[in-house]
Amino acid sequence: MGMTVVEKILAHASGREEVSAGEVLEPAVDLAMSHENAALVINRFLAVFEGTGLEPKVWDPAKIAIIFDHRVPAESPKTAGNQKKVREFVAQHGITRFHDIRGDEGGICHQILPENGYVRPGAVVVGTDSHTTSHGALNSFSFGIGATEMASVWSLGVALNVEVPGTIRVNVNGRFLEGVGPKDLILHLIGKLTAKGANFRVIEFHGETIRSMPTSGRLTVCNMTVEAGATSGVIPGDEETIRYLREVAGVKDDIELVHPDSDAPYEQRIDIDVSTLVPQIACPHTVDNVKPVDAVLGTKIHQVVIGSCTNGRLDDIAAAAQILKGKKVARGTRMLVFPASGRIFQEALDKGYVADLMKAGAVVMNSGCGPCLGVHEGALGDGEVALSTTNRNFKGRMGNPRGEVYLCSPEVAAASALTGEITDPRKGA
Amino acid sequence: MAKVVYTVGDDVSTDVIYPGRYMATVLATETPQYAFVDDVEFSARLNGGKVPKGSVLVAGKNFGCGSSREQAVSCLKGWEFTIVAASFARIFLQNAINLGLHVVSAPDIEASEGDDLEIAKQEVVNKTTGKSFTVQPLPRSFQAIIDAGGLIPYTRKRVLEAAGKA
Ligand code: SF4
Repeated sequence: MGMTVVEKILAHASGREEVSAGEVLEPAVDLAMSHENAALVINRFLAVFEGTGLEPKVWDPAKIAIIFDHRVPAESPKTAGNQKKVREFVAQHGITRFHDIRGDEGGICHQILPENGYVRPGAVVVGTDSHTTSHGALNSFSFGIGATEMASVWSLGVALNVEVPGTIRVNVNGRFLEGVGPKDLILHLIGKLTAKGANFRVIEFHGETIRSMPTSGRLTVCNMTVEAGATSGVIPGDEETIRYLREVAGVKDDIELVHPDSDAPYEQRIDIDVSTLVPQIACPHTVDNVKPVDAVLGTKIHQVVIGSCTNGRLDDIAAAAQILKGKKVARGTRMLVFPASGRIFQEALDKGYVADLMKAGAVVMNSGCGPCLGVHEGALGDGEVALSTTNRNFKGRMGNPRGEVYLCSPEVAAASALTGEITDPRKGA
Repeated sequence: MAKVVYTVGDDVSTDVIYPGRYMATVLATETPQYAFVDDVEFSARLNGGKVPKGSVLVAGKNFGCGSSREQAVSCLKGWEFTIVAASFARIFLQNAINLGLHVVSAPDIEASEGDDLEIAKQEVVNKTTGKSFTVQPLPRSFQAIIDAGGLIPYTRKRVLEAAGKA
């Protein structure tokens, strides 16, 4: 029997010839990522060693990545204290893949990992963040875990008791209409699958639309697979994977791509033709409450947000700048843009996108999670409505349970910022 | 026998169980006060000492979806809740097992606040309505962790083994 991409990666990481869905394994971990919640991981890690008489020591400091992004710069003494504690731990344990609060190398973890070449095809990546699913875009098996589980990975270097997930194969074909793209595709798929449709399973993407999609779009797609409950999304490696790793991430060493066998077992197959897909919107308060833009046209919005690990990349900012250039954000609507990393921010500056956005009235914020979780900045007032390119619209997500969040692509967000109401970018402002 | 003190529907996210704005709070002794904090009425009952420890919370499908934040489990564990849900989201379920939160998956569960439940290994009986509901066994990958009393003791055992001390 053949194997899927994730089965192959897990077999290799577990020293096995073959594995199949349902088996329980202890795969070796290639990369263990945390953000500020490393503070909690450290507590749990120290608890493991309590009473053992052993010195707490991480299994491999070169395989741990810690990126500050959720609350940067710190919004409170408590957060600052957590960050301080993590810095001390990083220094003490010799953790090198540490990205502090900096304009040059800082940013959101799910952008920092790919752009620095930390994620490779065939790797097992775990992260104390549910959107770790993103990194399947680079042909790895990447999934979110809790802080205690991470403490266990730091101690042992393996992910304990991983049940090999079944795989859903999604074939995507056709060419996107103008103003429609990867975000619309993944919103559409989540609407189809529902918030639980892929629980405990992996979504493997195929088809010409995926083949011709740049890595930035693939990251958007894999990022949101967790919103259908998936353990991860994954894309078979191809020329684009290699191009991204060589040209963008600066990877010099050998790259070995992982493909599924032609007789790999899939639990389910879904075919999507994007050539008729229109812009999609996820309406409050669940991500699977997806409607075509037409159904909510004219909804008044108070805050537009472009950014996050889902849509804070250069293409996203370029798309927004193109729509806003020489125009003005509607009065009564505020627009917040936060690039996914310092590097993207600088590229956006160099290309003039930041100026285009600011002249139109947008506030361009530092790289980080910012308004996405609404803890730090960009919270909503009671009864306010946000239109956002982020990935979650749960009650309370943007800092206020009495606010509403709609999710969309950068094109829809930008076109709507000009009118102050949900607008179809294809019809213009 | 335990009383149902709170019921919620499908797809209740970790943002609802433990809002992101309290994520800088990491100590398990401090997280319980923020459990479902945006439900002002329930939060007042909880923090006012009106909910006995060991009570039951009944949920629909996909309980705990969203973020991997472990505080969403530790805040419930602090009140010693038992969670009976039609189903759980993956990371939440794994976190619950790792921290030793009592979770029971009963796909057809029906219960209202105030009902008395008898929870056994294979079924949950709602003593108030007289109906019983089959319990779906947990994934078998969890058993070793449950047997060890949680992931910390389990990992500790493995660390000692690796060091040749066990
Ligand atoms: S941008 Fe939002 S979804 Fe992405 S890692 Fe940050 S908080 Fe999570």
